[in-house]
Amino acid sequence: MRPIIKLEDVTKNYADATALDHVSLKVKQGEIFTIAGPNGSGKTTMLRIMALIDTPTSGEVHFNSVKIGEENRSQIRSKCTMVFQKTALFNTTVYKNIAYGLKLRRFSKKEIDERVKDVLDLVKLNGYEKRLAKKLSGGEQQRISLARALVLDTELLLLDEPTANLDPKNMSIIEETVSRVNRERKNTVVMATHNLFQAETITKRAALLLGGKIVEVGTAQEIFRTPSRHLASFARLENVFSGVSRSLKEGTSLIDVGDGVEIEAALRKSGKISVFVRPEDIILSRKPISSSARNVFKGRIVEVSDLKSVVKLRVDAGKQFVVQITKRSFNEMQLNVRSEVFLTFKASSVHVI
Amino acid sequence: MSLEIIEIILRSIYVSGTATLLSAVWSLPLGLTIGVKNFYGKRFVKGVFNAFLGMPTVVLGLVLFLLIRHAGPFGFLNLMFTPLAIIVGQAVLITPIMVSFITSAVESIDSDIRDLAKTLGATEIQASLAVLKEATGGTLLAFIASFNRAIAEMGIAYMVGGSIPGFTMVLTTAIALQRDMANIELGLTLAAILLSIVFAINLTLNLIQKRKP
Repeated sequence: MRPIIKLEDVTKNYADATALDHVSLKVKQGEIFTIAGPNGSGKTTMLRIMALIDTPTSGEVHFNSVKIGEENRSQIRSKCTMVFQKTALFNTTVYKNIAYGLKLRRFSKKEIDERVKDVLDLVKLNGYEKRLAKKLSGGEQQRISLARALVLDTELLLLDEPTANLDPKNMSIIEETVSRVNRERKNTVVMATHNLFQAETITKRAALLLGGKIVEVGTAQEIFRTPSRHLASFARLENVFSGVSRSLKEGTSLIDVGDGVEIEAALRKSGKISVFVRPEDIILSRKPISSSARNVFKGRIVEVSDLKSVVKLRVDAGKQFVVQITKRSFNEMQLNVRSEVFLTFKASSVHVI
Repeated sequence: MSLEIIEIILRSIYVSGTATLLSAVWSLPLGLTIGVKNFYGKRFVKGVFNAFLGMPTVVLGLVLFLLIRHAGPFGFLNLMFTPLAIIVGQAVLITPIMVSFITSAVESIDSDIRDLAKTLGATEIQASLAVLKEATGGTLLAFIASFNRAIAEMGIAYMVGGSIPGFTMVLTTAIALQRDMANIELGLTLAAILLSIVFAINLTLNLIQKRKP
């Protein structure tokens, strides 16, 4: 599929810093593409250049195979839109906020009324037309920003950390809406985030941006499921263990991570090594379970944190493990702090950093 | 109230109101540009306008007099002792107030508004208008403060207007004239009227500020 937007060797320098350093990237038509990276890695700058509100210091931007220059910038700019991380609203009603872009595009009053109503339904804020935008809650304000962008039905939608600092309810409404418009209207979405969980659940392809450089591009699976040193440098990985590994004749390795804990991993590597296990890959049970999984540890729950639909548990089994289970399982198993539990995970769930 | 006094009041409002609108013609784009753009020497430019906020009216009146008098460089315009001369003079006088007020009103608006408008499809000019619209409260303030300064000044009205009865006499020069003629009672009446206008404007100004969220 042809790319909707293409960055070619784009560099952006500010007075005292380089925000983007020779970045090349293609985003395909109709996909949801994530730019992941820590704060200050250049994600916002990249989106602003794609939104054609910033110009690169050097390099080229192509939109639908048309090279962007001074002569066509503002005309092509209307084919894409961007939602900022910091919610920006006009100091007026919700209706006028959303209608702004439609008025610029000379839609009739009737069409504007209809579109505003539809998009408010989409972000679950129906009936909010006459409310003052700046009097709404933070989550509602961000949903208005999203609605104001979606109502334009542009070919390209750029979202800068659309759910940063939002509560789970507002976050899921925004995620659902974005997935839905992408699915139903085929709008291309480029989203910047430092929330890897989000990146993995709603996008197919992603790029990892570090210090203004793209260090990895690929499917979300490739990037987030087989984490690299790059990812580990900013993602908050849990269950990270370091130790000395020795190869076993079965083709796996046994890693002594200290405190009497040895983890078997499906890899052949000896010497010093760092590995991690995803909290959701660990099975938690009251009694030992018979399975093919190579790693079984007995421990005690030392901490419980409630994350709405899931519960995160910290289990001391010599080393501390973080385990994630559903709230339902948590209740059914009648678990609590100090409960004795077994942790089970496969050797193939152990990833090298 | 005599017809003559009413005429003077209306002339004052007309002259200073027109001066305010005339000044807006260049002060609005100027203030907007200084507010939204980042350019080399921006602080210096803002400093200059701030410095001229307290320009003595009589000095400006004298300079204008030298420019538009018959022998002066703009003598051919025959502006001397006309209402238009006062209007132009007052418009120049209030330019620093207008520009400074509008600049700070625009600067107080989230810089994101400009980008926001652009991402929604606005051209550069439309984006600037969006910023100005957000700064409506501050802009109104600029207009009112400017009008206030214009209607209360005397130096220009006297120097280039000449205070000709029935033609260029405005409230301030009329008050001065009453003093010269030892007509204290009428002078006080006119002073009370001028004060009422100024107070009414200040009241409106306060109300606008209060309404600002």
